Amino acid sequence: MLVPFLKETISMAITYLFGSTGETVIEKGGNLNLGIPGIMCLGALGGVLGVNTYITIFSVENIMGWLLILFAIFGSFIFAALGGLIYAVLTVSLQSNQNVTGLALTTFGVGLMKFIGSNINQDNLTTASRSISKLFNQSFYEKLGWFGEIFLSHGILVYLAIIIAILTTIFLSKTRKGLFLRSIGESPQTADAQGLNVSLYKYLAILIGSGIAGLGGLYYVMDRSGGTTFVEASIEAFGWMAVALVIFSMWKPGIGIIGSLLFGGLYILPSFLSISNVQIKLFDMLPYVVTILVLIITSVINSKNSQPPASLGVNYYREER
Amino acid sequence: MENKEIKLELRNISKHFGGVYANKNVNLNLYKGEILSILGENGSGKTTLMNVLSGIYTPDEGEIYINSKLAHIHSPKDAFEYGIGMVHQHFKLVDTFTAIENIILGLKEKSSLKEALDKASTIALKYGFKIDLKKKIHNMSVSEKQTVEIIKVLYREVDILVLDEPTAVLTPQEIEKLFNIIRKMREDNKSIIIITHKLNEVMSISDRVSILRKGEYIGTLTTKDTNERELTNYMVGNKVDLKLERLKLAATKPTLEIRNLNVLKDDGTQAIKDLNFFLRGGQILGVAGIAGCGQKELCEAIVGLRKYKGDITHFGESIVGYTPERIKEIGIRMSFIPEDRLGLGLAPNLSIVDNLLLKSYKQSKGIFVDRKSARQEALEIMERYNVSAESIDAPVKNLSGGNIQKILLGREIGTDPNVIITAYPVRGLDINSSYMIYDILNEEKAKNTAILFIGEDLDVLLTFCDKIMVLCEGRNMGIVHTKETTKEEIGLMMTGAKNLLEMYPEKHYGFASDSLIDNNKEEVHE
Repeated sequence: MLVPFLKETISMAITYLFGSTGETVIEKGGNLNLGIPGIMCLGALGGVLGVNTYITIFSVENIMGWLLILFAIFGSFIFAALGGLIYAVLTVSLQSNQNVTGLALTTFGVGLMKFIGSNINQDNLTTASRSISKLFNQSFYEKLGWFGEIFLSHGILVYLAIIIAILTTIFLSKTRKGLFLRSIGESPQTADAQGLNVSLYKYLAILIGSGIAGLGGLYYVMDRSGGTTFVEASIEAFGWMAVALVIFSMWKPGIGIIGSLLFGGLYILPSFLSISNVQIKLFDMLPYVVTILVLIITSVINSKNSQPPASLGVNYYREER
Repeated sequence: MENKEIKLELRNISKHFGGVYANKNVNLNLYKGEILSILGENGSGKTTLMNVLSGIYTPDEGEIYINSKLAHIHSPKDAFEYGIGMVHQHFKLVDTFTAIENIILGLKEKSSLKEALDKASTIALKYGFKIDLKKKIHNMSVSEKQTVEIIKVLYREVDILVLDEPTAVLTPQEIEKLFNIIRKMREDNKSIIIITHKLNEVMSISDRVSILRKGEYIGTLTTKDTNERELTNYMVGNKVDLKLERLKLAATKPTLEIRNLNVLKDDGTQAIKDLNFFLRGGQILGVAGIAGCGQKELCEAIVGLRKYKGDITHFGESIVGYTPERIKEIGIRMSFIPEDRLGLGLAPNLSIVDNLLLKSYKQSKGIFVDRKSARQEALEIMERYNVSAESIDAPVKNLSGGNIQKILLGREIGTDPNVIITAYPVRGLDINSSYMIYDILNEEKAKNTAILFIGEDLDVLLTFCDKIMVLCEGRNMGIVHTKETTKEEIGLMMTGAKNLLEMYPEKHYGFASDSLIDNNKEEVHE
């Protein structure tokens, strides 16, 4: 009972983790991107189109796993980054309101995924998914007992998500460029006066962050749900959870790994308990309740280290008076 | 100056915002190894000009020459490449970073943090700065922050240094220290521009002084060949009467008495500690103190915006626990001008009329606002206080600081208060506007209003107020009659070096002899 629960927890957590790591990168640059749910949908769409392209070029039989994954990741990242580009052009270059732009982008992303996605051959996706959702041989991890089952039975994207989260933490806290990016989220005036190119940093943060978040959509469709429930998938809801997770993790992707496991665990817990549909809805609320609790706790503590970037959500225009 | 090598030349710089020129055909020369003051009233375009120089603003017209070569400055980065560094009036620092992290922001070099620390420490040592480079900015005092700003610029090895109103937030002792550092930079053959509107500072620090008026270049004078009077005339254009009036009025019973006031800051630390003082009608009590030593919290406590412990009585009646609304009803008014003038007093995007309505909406009947009388009031205030604005329907954020302040005061005073709490009412205002504000306050004083005046310019406090209370870290260091004290004494009290309360405990500073709270208290000092 516990082993499958933990395995499923990790499996579910990864969707959130991609989204929140991506959004953290964007928010550290001072942009609050509420388009993350839409961007994750675009990532799912792009990934599926990548898989489809692979199948069109090669074939469904004898899939070369690594090449298929490259196609999928490439397509997913590019589509999500394009969504980010729309957001960046509107908010950074044209100075439009970040919240409105983000919400519009979410609506757009969800709609586009459903529109184009409904024409894609589901059977091919299911077949392709088998090559994506397992990194190691079943015989290999089964030999390692519960450890193998919990930690090694996943697809490559699971490990990629954790690696990206750790690398992002290191980037933000240890590197010079990470320091520069954070300074832009805190005080773009200061960064600008110091000669940093504020727009360039914001664009890059938004594009790369969106790309990372998009992989969450790809992961959910092609790995977690086995390529089956593409158009019906509730990626949008997971996207909002990812945005909440950024707050929960206090803008630290390292804590985001733990937070995503908590969110993931809470999400799948009902299916391991014999409870009614109504009670399941109560469980669905729990991650939000936990996030609110974290918000309350961090505001009470009021430590400068757990606060959002000081200029989050505020557009920067140099000649503003 | 013997060695007249021109380092920097500005030719015909123009910059306008909307229809208003902030700079119009400004010309300026800066020599190697000199200190040049730029003098001008607020809104005369000093900061705009320097922002053009440091790449924040792109000029509409004009050219900048450095070492006699045309310079193309389109961003702060370009400015650094030409060796220009600016210390902004509102510090450009990231609060959550340490000093050294702020210093290396934007630098390309691949050196480690350790090497950066070494280099910054060397600079600090050379100029005699005492600073912990690993301390976070948000834990620093204002003068420490300024030190970081200066090291930040020096770290980049600039040879033209611009300081925008560097003394505004410092104590007299800190100012002297800063000036010594600036002089040391001059010895290193750096060229320094210092923006200020304090004449005594111009006279004491600069070699030459350039004057701007309403965005236009008026001229440059050699400091030792001029005097404050002449500079003022150039700066203002028409002769102004520099004499501040101190009305002498008969003392009345204490209007507001404050006992054992304790107030906390937002972060839970003590802002005001065991404070006793009182205000009389027809008297102005000045409050001196380094920025951020409890002035804001004091004001907010009195007008009911902040929780406190202690007693506040108004004509002997306790007002502890009154809502701000109730406090307003009994006639206590606050005009509080924080750094962000528009933050607390007025809504920046609303028009003058709408801002007046924010105050008077309660008087109008029915569900619709009474716009007509507010328009009338707006016109009256504009006429009475000589406010220049496009129209009464223009957003107040488009007005200059002085005009905004006049409207704020006009609105507050229009309701005939008996206590006025005012903090930094002339901050950032030009001389003409400042004197108009002082006049308004004096008019109120003549009506027997009790006034608490929190100021920063000690000269003004000393001439304008009847008494001065000095705060140091939220504690009362003593209350002195302005006739009987000196700037030096107040400076010492501001830094806590002199504490009259401890020196003369028998004087019961802050307790009125004719207190309306209890009359058995023995009173010596009055």
